[in-house]
Amino acid sequence: MQYQWDFGFLLQYKGLIGVGILYTLGFTIGTVVSGLVVGCMIALARLSNMRIATAVMTGIIEIFRCTPVLVQLVWVYYALPILTGIELSPSVAAFITLTLYGASFFGEIIRGGIISVDMGQWDAGRALGMRRHQLMGQVILPQAFRRMVPPLVNQAVLQLKNTSLLSVLAVPDLLYQGQLITSASYRPLETYTMIAVIYFIILFPLTRFAHRLEARMSH
Amino acid sequence: MSAQTMIELVGVRKSFGKLEVLKDITLGVAKGSVVALIGPSGSGKSTLLRSINLLTVPDQGFIRVGEQALDFTGGHRLPGDRELAAFRARTGMVFQNFNLFPHMSVEENVMSGPVTVLRMPKAEARLLAHGLLAKVGLADKAAAQPDKLSGGQRQRVAIARALAMKPEVMLFDEATSALDPELVGEVLAVIRSLAAEGMTMLLVTHEMAFARDVADRVVFMRDGCVVEEGPARQMIEAPSQPATRAFLSHFHNGLGPS
Repeated sequence: MQYQWDFGFLLQYKGLIGVGILYTLGFTIGTVVSGLVVGCMIALARLSNMRIATAVMTGIIEIFRCTPVLVQLVWVYYALPILTGIELSPSVAAFITLTLYGASFFGEIIRGGIISVDMGQWDAGRALGMRRHQLMGQVILPQAFRRMVPPLVNQAVLQLKNTSLLSVLAVPDLLYQGQLITSASYRPLETYTMIAVIYFIILFPLTRFAHRLEARMSH
Repeated sequence: MSAQTMIELVGVRKSFGKLEVLKDITLGVAKGSVVALIGPSGSGKSTLLRSINLLTVPDQGFIRVGEQALDFTGGHRLPGDRELAAFRARTGMVFQNFNLFPHMSVEENVMSGPVTVLRMPKAEARLLAHGLLAKVGLADKAAAQPDKLSGGQRQRVAIARALAMKPEVMLFDEATSALDPELVGEVLAVIRSLAAEGMTMLLVTHEMAFARDVADRVVFMRDGCVVEEGPARQMIEAPSQPATRAFLSHFHNGLGPS
């Protein structure tokens, strides 16, 4: 098959592509930050001795970990409004879903990092008379954080890839813009190749970074 | 007990699940005295030590350290985070595995208590830390990371860190058990100098010669009970209870001058 590659036409869509990149990065950064905040709360609740909070949080985490993000997105956008009577815009529905989905994984990474710190460190901080938040802030989290960073970066990489699912709700992310360009230009090969290359250019340095962190941790 | 009793325990009980680790312990430590707590592993001596600064919260009993007292007899609510922290800030504790903070330098380790808990300005805490490091013979290691130190040096830093809180009492939980034999002496020397300064100390130890020579009194525990206590030399050399004699017979070849 002789195919005449021609990427030149894509230049006229650079505005659309730019918007797509902004949405993809914006949703990634936004939901990683909000996911970390919610994930922290999940981790702390699960580490506390409050049985009910732990049970509720564990339930939420399992629901989000054991169903596909695509199903969650569609459910929150199409099904949740029927239950609650509150119409959500596609962006809001997407933001909520990705936040909770990310949080359920971030929370487990954070919890794992915290419980990996030696019990003797807790003893030492307590014996000095540290309050719970001082112990966390000065002793436990600085040590736990070093162990959490590589898996958190990996999860952020997954989070960025998951933003491509937003296209099903017509959120104008990178993939959705690609679909728009394809339907206008009838050139899916160049368009989707370019979309894939853009994802790669964003993510490759990030995964390298995670690898390097992991290598440094193992010393 | 008199006001000269620095540590006072009355009827302290603790169970882990079905296992009763402390069975009605009553004990007093006079101000400025050194008490060695000996006994076989599993006798509850570490749990007893940890209950004095509430790292292990007793199920029952009364605990007083200096002016502060907490009562755990039936109906009393468990102390909250603030209360526990305030209580612990007045006691220093040294652990078998040092438990230095690995992400802080030696001087930051020593400064951490005063800066975080007492809100001491950093410059003042650094001066304090340097003084204490000099006292334990590590003035030149202030900027080092803990993982660059030998076990004996780490334990001396841990002692300096505990002293930085200006505690009323010091608790040592098998402070030399994790050390290579040739490093034990330097740590015992620091503890000995603290004893000479009149620090009230309670030590869980397997160093019988050290207990005999440095402690004023020795307490022998077995199965969660105090079997016998008395003046150190008499307890180590001529205990009255058969259980104490049987336990000490394991050590007699190591009981030369320390």
